Formats: sequence, C-alpha cells, structure tokens
Amino acid sequence: MSDLRGLYQEVILDHSKRPRNFRVLEGANHRAEGYNPLCGDRVTIYVKLENDRIIDVAFQGSGCAISTSSASLLTESVKGKTLAEADAMFERFHALVTGEANGNQTSGVPLGKLEVFSGVAEFPLRVKCATLAWHTLRSALKDEGKTVTTE
Amino acid sequence: MAITPHQVTEPAARASWTKFDVERVRKDFPALDQTVHGKPLVYLDNAATSQKPLAVIEAEENFYRRDCSNIHRGVHELSERATRAYETARVKAQRFLNARDSREIVFVRGTTEAINLVAMSFGRKNIQAGDEILITAMEHHSNIVPWQILCEEKGAKLRVAPINDRGEVIFDEFEKLLGPKTRLAAVVHVSNVLGTINPVREMIEAAHRKNIPVLLDGAQAAPHLKVDVRALDCDFYAFSGHKLYGPTGIGVLYGKAELLDAMPPYQGGGDMISSVTFEKTVYNSLPYKFEAGTSNIAGGIGLGAAIDYLNRIGMENISAYEDELLAYATEAVSRIPGLKIIGTAERKAGVISFVMEGIHPHDVGTVLDQEGIAVRTGHHCAQPLMDRFGIPATTRASFAFYNTKGEVDALVAGIYKVKELLG
Repeated sequence: MSDLRGLYQEVILDHSKRPRNFRVLEGANHRAEGYNPLCGDRVTIYVKLENDRIIDVAFQGSGCAISTSSASLLTESVKGKTLAEADAMFERFHALVTGEANGNQTSGVPLGKLEVFSGVAEFPLRVKCATLAWHTLRSALKDEGKTVTTE
Repeated sequence: MAITPHQVTEPAARASWTKFDVERVRKDFPALDQTVHGKPLVYLDNAATSQKPLAVIEAEENFYRRDCSNIHRGVHELSERATRAYETARVKAQRFLNARDSREIVFVRGTTEAINLVAMSFGRKNIQAGDEILITAMEHHSNIVPWQILCEEKGAKLRVAPINDRGEVIFDEFEKLLGPKTRLAAVVHVSNVLGTINPVREMIEAAHRKNIPVLLDGAQAAPHLKVDVRALDCDFYAFSGHKLYGPTGIGVLYGKAELLDAMPPYQGGGDMISSVTFEKTVYNSLPYKFEAGTSNIAGGIGLGAAIDYLNRIGMENISAYEDELLAYATEAVSRIPGLKIIGTAERKAGVISFVMEGIHPHDVGTVLDQEGIAVRTGHHCAQPLMDRFGIPATTRASFAFYNTKGEVDALVAGIYKVKELLG
C-alpha cells in the first residue's frame, strides 16, 4: 500500500473530490478540450489571457482522481503566471511525473503543491492522467482548436 | 504421412478429465503461477485475452522447432507436415463449431478481421444505397465500425436495436427493425462488457423468417459456451483464438458454404488463386479464396491445440464450472456497498462490470493491480454502450475456468481496499 499512498496523497484525494475552479469561465478568451481515450477522461480548460499573463483559468470534465486533481491543481498553479512561466512549469511537472532527471533547464521552477504528483512516476500508466490537463492548457494557449488526446 | 505427437488426442488424457478439477487445470497455465507486486497473480482480464496452456505453447514451439515451412505448396517433408498440421487445425475448428464442412472455416487474424471480411466481401456485393444493416446497442467497436465504413461507402443505413436497463436486447424492437431493407443482422453472441448471452437462436429465427442472414460475433461466447453453428443456423460466426486460450493473431470466420462461394475475394495474392495470367485470374476454392498470402501457420496449429485442450476438459464442464463461479462472484461483489453492477441480464457468461460511487474505474484498476489483481478498466471498446448507461467507463472482472472462488474473494478484498483508500 505504500506506493499507493505515494500516488494517492491527501492533497490529490482532496482535489479529486472537491476540484477547485471547476466551472465554465465567463469571459475566457482561450479554450481547449482534452481526451484520454484509454480511460475516457475528458477535460475542458478555459483561460482568460491578458498581455501574456493568465488572469484566470478554470476547467470542467470528468475523469479519474489523478486527472481531476491534476486539472484542479493546475488551475491554482498557473493563475497569475505568464505564458513563459506556465510553460516552464509544465516542463518541470512533466519531468516530475515521468521521473526524468532532465529538468535541468527548468529545475529552478518551484512546483509548490504540484510536488504531490511525484508518486505518479512509479505508475507509468498513469502519467497520461496527470498530464492531460497540462497538454490541454498548452493547446488552449496556442489556440490549436482541436481536441487534445493523450494517444 | 507422420502425424506429430502434439496433434494426437490421447485417449488416456481424455478419460482422466471426467471431473473438473480447477487446481489441476491451473497447473497447465504457466503464466498463472507468478506474483505481481509481491502478491499472487489473480488474472481476471480474460475477456481481453486468456492465458495459454502448455499444450498451446508447445504446439507453437514444436512447429517452429521441427515443422517450420510454408504450406500448400512445397513437395518436401516439412511442408507436408506443416500443411497437414494446419489443415488438421481447420478440421478441429470445424468440429468445435459443428460446421458441416471444413471448407466453411476461414482462418483470419481474429474476430475483427472476420467481421471486416464479411463487410468488405459479402457487404460490398449485397448492400446497396438505401439498404440497412441491423446491429444491437451492446456491440463491440469491431461489430460497429466495419458496418459504418460499408454504410458510408454504399449510402446504406446502420440501425441499432435497443437494450433494456439490465443489458438485454429488447426482442420486439429487434424484430421490428428487421425490415424489407435489412440485408444483414450482425449481433454479439455474448457481450464483452455486460456478459449478456443474447437469445441468438430466436434472433436468427426472426431474421430468417424475413430471409435476412445473420452474423454472430462469438469472440466472448466461444470460450464459455458450446457453440453449434448448425443448431443456431447462423450464416456467419466469428471468433478469436487468443480469447480461446490459443495464440494471438489467429481466428476463425465460419460461413455457410453457399454464402462464401458467392462472395468475392477479400484480399488478393498468393494461395487464394488457382491460376493467374495477366489477362485473367481464377480464384481458388473455399476456404483458400479468402486466405491470401502466407497464413499464420503456427497460430492455426496453436489454435488447434487449444481446441484439443478444451475438448479434453469438455465445454459442458467449463460452462458449468464458470456458471457457478460467476454466480458466486456476482453474489459476493453485489454485497459491497456503493458498488453497482452494470449488466444484470438473466443469462450471463464470464463477465462482471461495475462502477463505484465517487471512485473512477481507472483508480480502481490501479489499486487492484497493486494487490496482484488484473482487471480491465475503461470503455472496453464499446463507447456507445457506455453512453447508453450514462457512464464513461467501468471496471470489468472477466473469468476463465482456471479462476477460483479464492480469487473472487481476493477481488472482493481488493475492492474493499479501494474503498478504504479512495472512498
């Protein structure tokens, strides 16, 4: 069970049961949908961007505990950040959940609460759950306009 | 010609299988004897693929060690042996389904290819603009998408017979949808998600009253039930070797000879012709007309070995034991608070799908995996069925005759761990 406690940390369980910023964002000027065909997880990310800065961000969707909590914590983490800062955070987060040590360029980026996802690295099949919202955010910011899938 | 020893069903072995003994059966499956995350493996993902008995593993190995050569062409000893073994496997498949003739057994990659073959050959020839193909709401994607492709190509329409909340086809609705434009009904024999055993005999009778041929997707039925294509009077029957304790990449399409005869080839190439000139090609006879290129020879021989193995145990014994196991599991799992079984048909085989209040199936699967329990989570290649029940996914435990009541108990204990951790 120790690995499982590492995966399903209290913060993750809390955010999966009570996701923050779980709503349609009025006045959003960027939006994208993400889909994980493996488990059917769906997420829609709404962003209000002003002069390169994420003024507000929210999400909706349904998914497992990892994907829901990841989306919820994403919204808390990137709010107020610049595009470059959010991008660096994703790079760092990705390195964390895949267990890659190559976060050199971005290793200075503080992840804060997102550190609770470190346990995901022990569960390679769940990396897609943890990164779905982040890929979707990136798509929203680029206005790619197509559904992001993890496949 | 010498018959290799692994093809022979020894009377002594057959006689010893008068009583079903699960502990003895388990010893035939080397993969079952391992630990996963420090726990004994509890393999409950049999509807995805089954484990293989030594008899199958050795049959494939023996082919590659001693008989490896191409079939139907060579004049040398190895080719004769390989041809003999492969064609013997075809006869075994014929008897397994109680087909009239081994010419009615086409080897394919699996159920998916079998259905695609019928869609692309029978379908392209017989289905025109405005025609209809009837399926049910509980089909696997492999019995939906080939028909959608065909319908799009031809301007035909796919009709879907609805199911009730227990996961049973609403027979009257099915019958009503068999209309003057219906050219084929394609129906799953046993649902891979719900476990429902469809009343296929009655469905076929209803279709035949209107001269509509019926294809049965038997991927989940063949491993659990005695299938008799003549008693069912189905026109096509498809199943996969790998769900039947045989190798991956081999499966069977049964078709009535008169239908197969009238169908154009599915793929062109070697082995499916009797003569080729640049002006005209004469196609080979059944079943070779549908087997272009070098077949999965080892797979066919392995499937034959799997059928021998199942015959030694007896499909009736397998069905009886599995029914008992499923009833035990259903009773045990349904007592867990906050758990809902999806698929509660009166007649079921092999599968329990469930959802848990407030806990996503993917999380259930991860926790169970840490307990050594292999289940499937997701939409099980049946997204329209998930939509029908208004759920994104389920957790599915699917059983084989080598599973035990002790493993069901482990599953139940695992689900309680899920609740403790995530509930």
